[in-house]
Amino acid sequence: MKFIHEFRRSELARGLISQIHDRSKTPARFMEFCGGHTVTIFRYGIRQVLPQTVEMVSGPGCPICVTANADLDKAIALAQIPEVIIATFGDMLKVPGSRSSLEKVKADGADVRIVYSTMDALKIAEENPATPVVFLGIGFETTAPTVAASILQAEERGIGNYYVLSLHKLCPPVIRAILDSGEVKLQGLICPGHVSAIIGSHPWEFIARDYGIPCVVSGFDPLAILQCVDMLVARIESGRSEVEIAYRRGVRPEGNLEALKVMAQVFEPCTAGWRGIGGVPGSGLKLRKDYRRFDAELAFDIDPGLPYEPEGCICGDILRGVKTPLDCQLFGGACTPEYPVGPCMVSSEGSCSAYYLYGAGFNGGRV
Amino acid sequence: MCLAIPALIKTIDGKEAEADIGGITRRISLWLTPEAEEGDYVLLHTGYAIGVLDQEEAEETLRLLEEIAGLTEEGRG
Repeated sequence: MKFIHEFRRSELARGLISQIHDRSKTPARFMEFCGGHTVTIFRYGIRQVLPQTVEMVSGPGCPICVTANADLDKAIALAQIPEVIIATFGDMLKVPGSRSSLEKVKADGADVRIVYSTMDALKIAEENPATPVVFLGIGFETTAPTVAASILQAEERGIGNYYVLSLHKLCPPVIRAILDSGEVKLQGLICPGHVSAIIGSHPWEFIARDYGIPCVVSGFDPLAILQCVDMLVARIESGRSEVEIAYRRGVRPEGNLEALKVMAQVFEPCTAGWRGIGGVPGSGLKLRKDYRRFDAELAFDIDPGLPYEPEGCICGDILRGVKTPLDCQLFGGACTPEYPVGPCMVSSEGSCSAYYLYGAGFNGGRV
Repeated sequence: MCLAIPALIKTIDGKEAEADIGGITRRISLWLTPEAEEGDYVLLHTGYAIGVLDQEEAEETLRLLEEIAGLTEEGRG
């Protein structure tokens, strides 16, 4: 058991596809929340093998895509402070803010370094004790505990020049906001597997209870997605809504208690602004009082200016599941992965990128 | 962004470990999974183990999928 190839066997996929076709009678729309799931669905052609009764829509589960321009502009402004080193995950570099991007300011001389882990950011801070190092804290519940852990490590190791720009976002509150808006009607939700590895399955229960929408927590292999669709179809046909875990090898109902403890020790919930959705109460994380000296927003005086959105870009509508990339006039022409206008084309997990790279079968990737 | 991959823990050294990731050895953090033991597979996300993978559950899932595909005695029956 190596937990990879075992879950990609085509004969098992054929069994699931056949069962979904046999079972599905009632038309239903399912949202995959997570950008990682969107990529799996497109890369393996899963939409094409589902029956006509099942419609899949992509959700807002791409942390980079949902980061508002106002927040991207803060990161870019911090990078433009001459003495600051920015440490960031690589997929942030090309994301356009209102006026520039990290890639452009790096070309102009800003010290922006790509790291794989906050452990690498701490190492940079230790090796440059006279220089402030700001880690760009972007990510959902999967990532936030690793950033919280880095702050505890900085404290333990006496690293005084390490800061975090906390732009973390929490998933359950934004699902509630999307459902409350009533813009997109869903009959099922595929919940993010690695977010759930941290938070467990309980935080999704309100969706089944209050909205009558069945939920399944999914892994990231093509078999996992098919298994979740099959489970959701079974729930639709039986008329029962509940939260189930298909990704049982990685997710426990209670989540990772140690990670939750570390996250709650360092961060507290706050209102966060989501691209296309706006401010959602309790959907962000800010540093608690005891850790505010690590807060880059408080430590540096920045004026990023007023944010604005590129004309014609509909990333916000796409993130809410209201439109698809094919509805966008810029898609595949003015906006491509090489020259992206909006973040959903930049991030490898963005819907526009997935449509562009894998969607040729239904006129994605048009030029 | 929430990408996490299986990694096999080879040796533990305090809150860190040497892990095998598909043949590549890398130092990872066990800060968030103090229960992890040598020989465990963990979910690795940005250098941190964020959970210990459950082998029995993995086998159970595969058994279920094989049953659906009619590849087991129960499935054929």
